[in-house]
Amino acid sequence: MFTSFKRIFNFALQDFSRNKGISIAAIFVLVVTIMIVTGLFFFHGLSQFLISEIQDRIDITAYFKDDVEEQNILTVRDEILKMSPNIKSVEYVSKDQAMQVFNEKHKDNAVLARALEEVGTNPFLPSLNITTNGDPVQYAEVSNVLQTANFSKFIEKVDFSQKKATIEKVFSITSNINSFGIALSIILVILAMLVVFNTIKLAVDSSKEEISTMRIVGASDWFVRGPFIIQGAIYGFIACIISLLISGIFAYFLSPKIGVILPGFSAFGYFLSNIWILILIQLIFGIGVGVISSFIVVKKYLDV
Amino acid sequence: MIKFENVTKIFPDETVVLQDVSFEIKEGEFVSIVGKSGAGKTILVRLILGLETPTSGQVFFQGKNIAEIDSFEMQKIRRRVGGIYQDYKLLPNKTVYENVAYIMEVEGKEKEEIECEVPKVLEIIGLKDKVDNFPKELSGGEQQRLAIARALINHPDIIVADEPTGNLDPYNTYEVISLLEKVNKAGKTVVLSTHDREIINKLGKRVITIENGKIMRDEKEGRFII
Repeated sequence: MFTSFKRIFNFALQDFSRNKGISIAAIFVLVVTIMIVTGLFFFHGLSQFLISEIQDRIDITAYFKDDVEEQNILTVRDEILKMSPNIKSVEYVSKDQAMQVFNEKHKDNAVLARALEEVGTNPFLPSLNITTNGDPVQYAEVSNVLQTANFSKFIEKVDFSQKKATIEKVFSITSNINSFGIALSIILVILAMLVVFNTIKLAVDSSKEEISTMRIVGASDWFVRGPFIIQGAIYGFIACIISLLISGIFAYFLSPKIGVILPGFSAFGYFLSNIWILILIQLIFGIGVGVISSFIVVKKYLDV
Repeated sequence: MIKFENVTKIFPDETVVLQDVSFEIKEGEFVSIVGKSGAGKTILVRLILGLETPTSGQVFFQGKNIAEIDSFEMQKIRRRVGGIYQDYKLLPNKTVYENVAYIMEVEGKEKEEIECEVPKVLEIIGLKDKVDNFPKELSGGEQQRLAIARALINHPDIIVADEPTGNLDPYNTYEVISLLEKVNKAGKTVVLSTHDREIINKLGKRVITIENGKIMRDEKEGRFII
């Protein structure tokens, strides 16, 4: 058993090194297809980052009347947290804090500073900045709390209604991106698998006569099939290593450029933090497709 | 050892290549199957090797009906047959040494045995100096000798040679036939398919003559008469 396996493995290595042209072509096609899958993996990371960024930026601000006591505002905050425990954050901004933020933001704008001086008092209202996870249901829950009779008397205005359409639009776009990503991935992966299958088919086709001869001299199914399957695995393994290097280099050099377009997203950081899952995906895809293609193609010629 | 019982082979395009053929080959016999090109000799050899199935009738190998045995058993039978073909059927990506060793590896022989036997056979066959060459680097005669070495290495029960001298010059033809005679003298069964008149007339062994897919003659010490 072990002798047979060793022989099959040696045959595979021998054929691999003696058919360099075919081997290189098969590895090249596998690299291209693994890179497509890797690209989809990065696309997924990027779109998730984008979605969460957009969702983070959409919040509800409830402005309270000037004379409402801080204690009452904090009661509203606690009520919101009680109703929607999964909410991302509810931040209380007092009058003074609002003024500070404004001053900080417009410290270089003399006109605004003078206008504020002329007003004489602090014109800002205390508020609650509510950030949800982007789900419209959460917005509805928050909205319900704010509209109850007990609380609505404290509230001057809520900018939720103006944002409602945008929020729903973002939610529908993000869910569309996810479905589009899944559909695109499935189509591209199927296409990639077909291309690899055909390349391996060409490689095995060139050995059609050899397979027939092996059968005529009495070689068992696995003695004939084994070397081709192991060759498929070798193609896949080498293609994985090349793909990993290429994706690492790309991520490293493109990271600053992507960072300019999407501040906060590091392509290389994403590559490093997901390296094991990426290796696993590349190995499963590369070796899996290589082995399965060889298995199916050789089976066709074994019937001698 | 081999028995054909009313074997008929008809191709899908309705061409009848063998028609109601019956004969028996006993162990240790040297049988030549002669006939013009297209008479059905090659199909007969392919039926023995299980590479074709009869349209009707039965082919038996050592008492087993070839049509009824599974793929695993068929491969075991093929290992007991040393096949020599007109187109050599060598493994193009393997060297001379590897082509012969492959047969022993298929059989599961130990490495030491392979390393001892293969050089011996290659020396007998005159290919000792070409062990590292690939088949495409050999002449027609050398390729045929390699095919013979491969057929002999496992000490098969029977040698089936389909037009083994078709591409050879008279000198190489003589060598191949002498070798087959030697193998037969050592007790092995030999089935030789050929359309070479001179070979048959020199051999003076059993001759089955096929014409248009039918057995015309089956003579114990036959001559080439078509």
